[in-house]
This record gives sequence, structure tokens and C-alpha cells, in this order.
Amino acid sequence: MAKITLNGRPVEAADGTLLIDVAKQAGVAIPHYCYHPALGNPGNCRMCLVEIKGAPKLMPSCRVRVADGMVVSTESPAVAAAQSGELELHLVNHPLDCPVCDQSGECGLQDYYMSIGRYKSSMVEDKRHFEKRKPVGPRVMLDQERCIACTRCVRFLAEVSKTHELGMFGRGHQERIDLAPGKTLDNPYSGNVVDICPVGALTDRDFRYQVRVWYLDRSDTVCPGCSRGCAISLHTSTQRPWHNGARRAARIKPRFNPEVNGYWICDEGRYSYKALDRDRLGKVLKLKPSRAELSWDAAFSEVSSRVKGLLEDHGPQSLAVVASGALSNEDWRSFKKLFVDSWKLVNFAFDPAPDQAGEEDALLRRRDKVPNLKGGAALGFGDQIKSLPWESLAHSIEAGRIKGLYVVDRDLFGVWGAKTPGLLEGLELVVFQGPWKGSTGDLAHYRLPATAWAEEDGGFTNFEGRSQGYRAALPPVGDAQPDWRIFEGLLAGLRAGRAE
Amino acid sequence: MAVTVRPVTRPERDLAVQVYIVEVLKGLGVTFRHFFVNLGRHAAALAGVKAAPGAVTIQYPEDPPALGGRARTRHRILRRSDGSPRCTACLLCETICPARCIRITAEDSPAVVIEKRAKTFEIDLGLCVFCGNCVEACPVDAIRMDTGDLDIPAMDRRSMIWDLEKLMRDG
Ligand code: SF4
Ligand code: SF4
Ligand code: SF4
Ligand code: SF4
Repeated sequence: MAKITLNGRPVEAADGTLLIDVAKQAGVAIPHYCYHPALGNPGNCRMCLVEIKGAPKLMPSCRVRVADGMVVSTESPAVAAAQSGELELHLVNHPLDCPVCDQSGECGLQDYYMSIGRYKSSMVEDKRHFEKRKPVGPRVMLDQERCIACTRCVRFLAEVSKTHELGMFGRGHQERIDLAPGKTLDNPYSGNVVDICPVGALTDRDFRYQVRVWYLDRSDTVCPGCSRGCAISLHTSTQRPWHNGARRAARIKPRFNPEVNGYWICDEGRYSYKALDRDRLGKVLKLKPSRAELSWDAAFSEVSSRVKGLLEDHGPQSLAVVASGALSNEDWRSFKKLFVDSWKLVNFAFDPAPDQAGEEDALLRRRDKVPNLKGGAALGFGDQIKSLPWESLAHSIEAGRIKGLYVVDRDLFGVWGAKTPGLLEGLELVVFQGPWKGSTGDLAHYRLPATAWAEEDGGFTNFEGRSQGYRAALPPVGDAQPDWRIFEGLLAGLRAGRAE
Repeated sequence: MAVTVRPVTRPERDLAVQVYIVEVLKGLGVTFRHFFVNLGRHAAALAGVKAAPGAVTIQYPEDPPALGGRARTRHRILRRSDGSPRCTACLLCETICPARCIRITAEDSPAVVIEKRAKTFEIDLGLCVFCGNCVEACPVDAIRMDTGDLDIPAMDRRSMIWDLEKLMRDG
């Protein structure tokens, strides 16, 4: 342990910790651009200068490790003058096009100018000109003029994604970020460079001009994109519907979780928010034999009595349940209560392959593109209760052994392809429950709208068995209810049916 | 910006004020003074007295109102020299507007140096409180309230929403 004095206050820190981190833990924010805890400390931005007693000049706190007895000041007049001077140097060639810059409102230059800058610029010379608005990849836009040459993006692409698309080219006045010859910034983690760029040099092409950041509401939640369960923040824009193309969800940003995803998320997860405002279900519908809108109560009692009839006539083998790992822990619990404990069903299919499996890599992405298979496994789904192979489920339907299907948020066209309608049309009862419209839902007798993860409180258990809670960021669409409520409603409907 | 406060001392409520009668009569006095002055002027004007200025009341809308040079009137969006709107869709006016009556969506400008421009720009003049904050907020002097035009009533609310094309007519 090292005992140091920070701004006159005694602070203890583990030996060898960087001074900038020690200060942060003690609640003293030292301005910085180039230093990032996950990307090292080249010390090129010179913003983090502090005064250390006995040192002949100011020291960059991201390059200095604490030593016992250090006396540090982060607020002396010399430090303030140096930091403000450094900022002025960063802005010498900066275009200052904040009004049209997407970073405006969450920009390191704006923030530090207001907190430590506020100088009168001594620049009278013309600013240098580079390429503005250069698409460096399908998801990222580069403005070379706005870059402050902190090299965070270069280090991310060298050390984390290991794809080396961007580099620093030229020297001195001509130094700028650009694509390495022949490369495109299209790796599956490319969106992260936008998050770590402290200024508006790298912006997200998808989010570009959609909504200014000060209109966004931020909710901490968990990414539903794969079984990693990255910690994310979902940003929504609901007050002004003409922004963001009338969509409610505007973007996803990673949230630091050292145990799961560190500082990063993958691009698939980053843009998964788009589904929240596309093809959503909001009405409780009976589609066959004729289309009618139902109240939830009517749907609960109709569906449960239809199921009861089916089970009485043909036994619990005759109804199969299709599910996916998109259910939350809470949903899985009620799922089990309804289908296993109450209806005593035995045929379940929830294997993520083929439609919910995809690419994986060593960094974050996992093969299973659903967040919560582990939540089901904790209740025995996958263990005592095995997922039926899809082909044998199809055979049983064709052979007439299975007469009803309860589908929870899964598009069977992804599994069975073109033969799906043929399979479903022969069934006596098909119930579809889920947040999204889809061809499967259209073929059902009953279509029940469920909330998506962003519209409910819940928890996902990731592939390592770590449960993470999330909160609703948006109100439900139409009459949609969380899956677990629908299961509980059906349970109650069944009980009421029995009491008759 | 610091908020400046000017303390105002309330006038004393003495007995004459508290019985009301006196104050009511004073008020009526003003009304009747205007009545008789106007009556006299009308009569004089009718009788052909050249110097008589007629009534002091402005006959709006037949007579245009005499506005001060700094009066805030209906907005306009200014043009660049090539005729395109000067607005860069920064949304600062929309953000400052206390009536929330400005609605802007943005798109890429074909010119790289301009970067961004308004795809749609609407002001709901039926909601606007004519505070002028939007004009103050604009970093590129793209919006002004100097048209002198206050004739914006319409038969329905929808037609009081002015779009970019209408706002640029006198830009
Ligand atoms: S990067 Fe920051 S300072 Fe530069 S134009 Fe954008 S918002 Fe303004
Ligand atoms: S583009 Fe952004 S992250 Fe990359 S060096 Fe420039 S300022 Fe830093
Ligand atoms: S004058 Fe005031 S209320 Fe009217 S549009 Fe401008 S900011 Fe809004
Ligand atoms: S403040 Fe000016 S430039 Fe910005 S959106 Fe409004 S009119 Fe356009």
C-alpha cells in the first residue's frame, strides 16, 4: 500500500497503480483523452498533467505510478494553466463545428472547455483542412479534421479487435487518422471506436443526424443478442416523435462490466435495438377460423379451454411447445409452472440451432444468439427436459401424433423453411405468443402480443451462469404483456375453467 | 448567464385604494376621456377640419400596425447566396424553444463543408409565443423574426404550421 496526499487529502492506493486511476477512485477526475483503462497510456494528449512535490516539472498522471509519500496536486494554478493550455493546443486546428457534430453534448472537447478551458483563443491563423465525412466502413464515419490524434481508435483496432484498419499517417501538422491501404473498417466490433473516440471524429453512420444526444433517455439493461449478456445502455427518444424516424429506440452503448464485456460490445448487439420498433405485435387476436380482437381475459379463458379440450381428447403428448432462449428468468419460471407442472406436457423444442445460432469468436460473441438458454437450463430445460430434435417434431406433426403447437417467440420458418405452412395447417390448435410479427404468427389460431426485453423488468443468465437484471426502458406496445404474465394468465384461466 | 433581479416595491394600499370607489371612478374617468376626445376628433374630421387626426384607435386590419423596429414578428429562414436554406439543422432553436413548436429533421448536405441541412423544418405558429429565443440561439443567423408580418391566422390549426418552403418565401 502507498499512502499519498492528493489535494491535501490522505489517500491510500495499491503500489504501482497509475496516479490517474488512484485519483479517479478518490473521486478526483483528471482530464484526459489518450488514456483508456483498457487501451493503455501512451501519454500523448498531455491533458492529465499534475503537480508532484519534488518533481522538477508537471507530470502526466497517466504515466506515473503511485509511490509512498507522494504529494500530488491536481488543482494548483500551474496545473490549471497547463491543462487549459493543452486544450488550446488541441483546438488549434479543430474545426469547432459543434452545431453539426453528432458528438455535441457528449464531447470531451466541449466538456473540458467548459470545466478547465474558458480561455480566449490566441489563434488567428487559418485552420488546416483534411477530409471530412469519409465513410471508413459500413458503420463508421470519419472526420479527419475533428480528430485530436489521441490514437485510441488505432490502439483498439490493434489490441482488442486485432484487425488494424485505422492508422496514424503523416507527421506533425499533417498527422491524421486514415484507413490502412486496402482496408475497410468492417470488423464485427467496429462500432466501439465511436464510443472511445473522445471527440466527434468517429461517428456512427446509423445514428448520424437521427436525434441530438441531449434528447435521449438512457436505461441500463442487458444485450439480448447472444448468450454473453453484455451490459448495455439503451438510449431512447420518445418525447419528440419526429426525431429518429419516429422510432423509440435510438442506439445502444456498452456499459462497463469487468466480469462480462469489459468496455465493449459487438456490432450485432449494438444494432439489435432496431428490432424494437419494427413489426411489433400489440393486439390480442384470434386469427382462425375468423379474425377477431379479444380481451386478455377472453383470450386466456378461450386458449386454456381449447388446450384443456385437446389434452383431454389426445393426452399431454399431443401438444408441443416451441420456445427460445429469449425468455427472461422470470418467464422461464412461469413457463415451467404452466407447461410442465400444470399442463404436464412432455414435448418441448428450444434448441437454438439452426435459426438462433451464428458466428462466435474469442472476444465476446457467442454461438447462441439468444440471451438466456441458461435461465431455462437452471429449471431443467436442456437437462431433464431435452429439446426435441426439429426433424422428429416435424415427423410427429406429420404422423398426427402432435395435434397442437404452442410457439413462444420463435419463427418456425427459420427452422423448417418452406414446409412450415404445410406442417402448421394440419394442426388443430396453434398458439403464437411473442413480441414480433412473423410468418409463424400469421398461421396461428391465436396470436398473443408479448413485450420485448426493453419493455419489461427481468433478468438473463448468461452462458457462464451469471444472472443480470434489467429494467424496462420503454412502455409496452399496445396491449402487450410480459411473457410470464401471459403464462400466469393462462394458468388462472385453466384454474377458473376447472372450477366450473 | 447570471439571472438579474430587479426588486420592485409595491405601492402602499391606503384607505382611498381600499374602498375601491375612488379607483373605479378614476378608471372610468380614463375611459370617458378617451370617449369624448375620440368623439370630438371624429366630429371635427367629419366637419372637414383638415388638422383633425381622426380617432386614436388603429383600425386594424384595414390600417397596418405601426411596429417598432425591433418588433418580433413572423419568422423567416434565410438563404445562402445559391438560394439554399442557411439552416444547418443543428436543432439549437428547437432545443431552446419554450413552446416546443419547432420540429426539425436533418439529412446530409450535398456540400461537405456544410455537412448537415434540414430535411424538414416546421414552426407551428399557432403555438409560438414569439419570444425570439430561436433567433438568439441560431449559430448561423439562419432564422430571423423581422418580416413585420403578423397576419398568420388561418381557418384551421394545421395551416398555421409553416414548413421550410413557406418560411423561405421572404428569406
Ligand atoms: S468534436 Fe466536439 S468540439 Fe469538435 S465539433 Fe464535435 S462537438 Fe464540437
Ligand atoms: S479518431 Fe478519435 S479516437 Fe481516433 S485518434 Fe482521432 S480522436 Fe482519437
Ligand atoms: S419565437 Fe420562441 S416560441 Fe416561437 S419558435 Fe422561436 S423560440 Fe419558439
Ligand atoms: S438554430 Fe439556426 S441553424 Fe440551427 S436548426 Fe435552428 S435555424 Fe437551423
